[in-house]
Amino acid sequence: MTIEVLMPALSPTMTEGNLAKWIKKEGDKVEAGDIIAEIETDKATMEVEAVDEGVLGKILIPEGTEAVLVNTPIAVLLEDGETVDDIDMISSAPVIASDGVSKSEDDFVESVSVISSQIEGEIIENRDVLYAQGVVIPPPKFDEASFMNDTETKTVREALCDAMSEEMRADDSVFLMGEEVAEYQGAYKVSRGMLEEFGEKRVIDTPITEYGFTGMGVGAAFNGLKPIIEFMSMDFAMQAMDHIINSAAKTLYMSGGTMGCPIVFRGQNGASGRVAAQHSQCFASWFAHVPGLKVVAPWSGCDAKGLLKAAIRDPNPVIVLEHEAMYGQSFEVPKDTDFVIPMGRAKIEKEGTDVTIIAFSVMVGKALEAAEKLAEQGVSAEVINLRTLRPLDTYTVIESVKKTNRIVSVEEGWAYAGIGSEIAALVNEHAFDYLDAPVARVCAADVPLPYAANLEKLALPQVDDIVHKVKEVCYR
Amino acid sequence: MAASKKSNLKNAPVSHSVEELKKYYKDMLLMRRFEEKAGQLYGMGLIGGFCHLYNGQEAVVTGIQSVQEPQDTVVTTYREHAHALIAGMEPKEIMAELTGRSGGCSAGKGGSMHIFSAENNFYGGHGIVGASSAIGTGLAFAHKYKEDRGVCVAYMGDGAANQGQVAECYNMAALWKLPVLYVIENNKYAMGTSCQRHCAGELYKRGEGYGIKGEQVDGMDLFAIKAAAKKALDYIRSGNGPYILEVMTYRYRGHSMSDPGKYRTKEEVASYKDERDPISNLKEKLINEKLATEDELKAIANEIKDIIKEAVDFATNCPEPEPSELWTDVLVPVEE
Repeated sequence: MTIEVLMPALSPTMTEGNLAKWIKKEGDKVEAGDIIAEIETDKATMEVEAVDEGVLGKILIPEGTEAVLVNTPIAVLLEDGETVDDIDMISSAPVIASDGVSKSEDDFVESVSVISSQIEGEIIENRDVLYAQGVVIPPPKFDEASFMNDTETKTVREALCDAMSEEMRADDSVFLMGEEVAEYQGAYKVSRGMLEEFGEKRVIDTPITEYGFTGMGVGAAFNGLKPIIEFMSMDFAMQAMDHIINSAAKTLYMSGGTMGCPIVFRGQNGASGRVAAQHSQCFASWFAHVPGLKVVAPWSGCDAKGLLKAAIRDPNPVIVLEHEAMYGQSFEVPKDTDFVIPMGRAKIEKEGTDVTIIAFSVMVGKALEAAEKLAEQGVSAEVINLRTLRPLDTYTVIESVKKTNRIVSVEEGWAYAGIGSEIAALVNEHAFDYLDAPVARVCAADVPLPYAANLEKLALPQVDDIVHKVKEVCYR
Repeated sequence: MAASKKSNLKNAPVSHSVEELKKYYKDMLLMRRFEEKAGQLYGMGLIGGFCHLYNGQEAVVTGIQSVQEPQDTVVTTYREHAHALIAGMEPKEIMAELTGRSGGCSAGKGGSMHIFSAENNFYGGHGIVGASSAIGTGLAFAHKYKEDRGVCVAYMGDGAANQGQVAECYNMAALWKLPVLYVIENNKYAMGTSCQRHCAGELYKRGEGYGIKGEQVDGMDLFAIKAAAKKALDYIRSGNGPYILEVMTYRYRGHSMSDPGKYRTKEEVASYKDERDPISNLKEKLINEKLATEDELKAIANEIKDIIKEAVDFATNCPEPEPSELWTDVLVPVEE
């Protein structure tokens, strides 16, 4: 029996990749553990090792082939006494993704429209003071549509990289620091090409010492620099929570406004797929709890670029919550280097009249899918992408509820003391009389995230959960 | 391999002009009188919360600051009134911060533990034990990044030296040759726990594994501190990376105002106060070596008396912050 060598998956979410290079040639003898080929995705390059010994009988997928689906046979190993004639060619037919372009399965190009009915916004003095006092005020002015005439298709990963690179070109005091950001090009390949462009002075690989390098970043910010600190995963930021909260967020106030901390803490936040409880938590409500921090959670490529640029330009500590599931997804993104989304301004992604669905980060996409399904069932849902979690655009949320009289908050994190809890409280305080149903929440199950695929799916909010909850508040 | 050493015998002697010596005397006496007054105001209920006094440790910050360059930065812990004074901050503004008044250097929002002055290169004033090590390493990172020839002097206590982030920072500072002088002010007690009970090995040697030179120096001896700091700062400024100076000092008062000090004997405290006091010793030197007259020193003491009086008047008469101040300074406003 000849042995088929299959296209391996480099990560739980990888569905296809490029066959970059064959290390072994047809006819070469192969021992188990030998490197036979190199494959790559948009995130990483990896060597394929032989699991069995034999002779490389035939290469089925030539090097340079893009978008080879995982589990496609890429070569055939011959065991003792076998020849090329023993290969069953039919079972080994290569499979290439239909469009021939390498990308992961859930990639899509979303044309993000700008809702014209969304409030233009207002210039308000002492905005931060009013937010702190809980006053509901219109969001800052922003003419997003004007930026959408000149766009390019970018993945969220590229949009984030562009945001950092553009700001670093414009301001020498901005630098990027974190684990694997430089030579490895980012654990999620967000900083691809940045070391090459900016050099090791400004793109800095750190040891695995979150507490130390976060405190260092704060000190550098006090002393006139604008650090971007990447956490490989926000779960690891827990090691550094002390400096984020006690040093970065509080010093301005404790110093009577004399010592600011312009710093960005960014990284993957939330469930990235089969990585279990210590690499999957959504920390949105943890960070959003703290005065002195700003917190943004981009969903689209537009969000990613515009919010990260806003975060870098902001003179305060800003948390940027990215999501692994979004990194590879493509969107139309403005080319303008001054495309900066003001913080505290939500975006109405889809207008509707029957119910308001509030979401942020990856859940915006789920909410939009749910809205499509609901439309088929005659329910018109308005989907609001919060974009900023602190300061929250309470105004846009409340105005929407006044129109739809129903609201469902969707988040990937836990319900208890979550962002949805805050939304519920705010709606209670500011739109109680407009409600035709109790505020509802769709959240993660109140358990550490399980590893098993079926349990993981059960634990995380799914499109059907949103559909179900929306119908509940619509009494349908 | 880093060579750490305990004695300061090999340090080249540093010279001091008479004017410098008088200035050190004045600086240290100001610290002492400031702290004594703060203790008194605390007892009167005019200062609240935690208040950590520096009495006895004056030679440390005075010796080190005397060999710093203007571009150097300083960051320290919550026992920082003296560090703020010698950085050039106004005594009355520090005192008003202690009393929580609008004229305080942090507008009354930080209190005793949170004093800052970017214009005087003094970066606080941090209440979390160990934080100054990482923030100081970051200040040093910025010095190197900006190529301004600055060194950060990052103070911590013997208790802080056990924090994990200190080890993390030693590693990064050594790896990247950051211009940072870690000063461990070892006053023998981490709050109420003596060094013998909280600290394995010698603190000045803790950098050895990272290749960081360390030195232990007598913290009651102003001139030994100055010599050691001069050598350390020269070494750092020449591009050699970090340096650890463990300064063996002693605080006369409790950890904070609420500390009854049951963990040490009266005799121990008296032995430092009576025999090792850096201010008394400097005074003696000035008189014995005929570098200053009793009258001159008396004049300095009177001058300080006036400064303290002015500080107390300001700190007690200045109004509390306006209620509207509750809401300001949370964020730096962004122009819309």
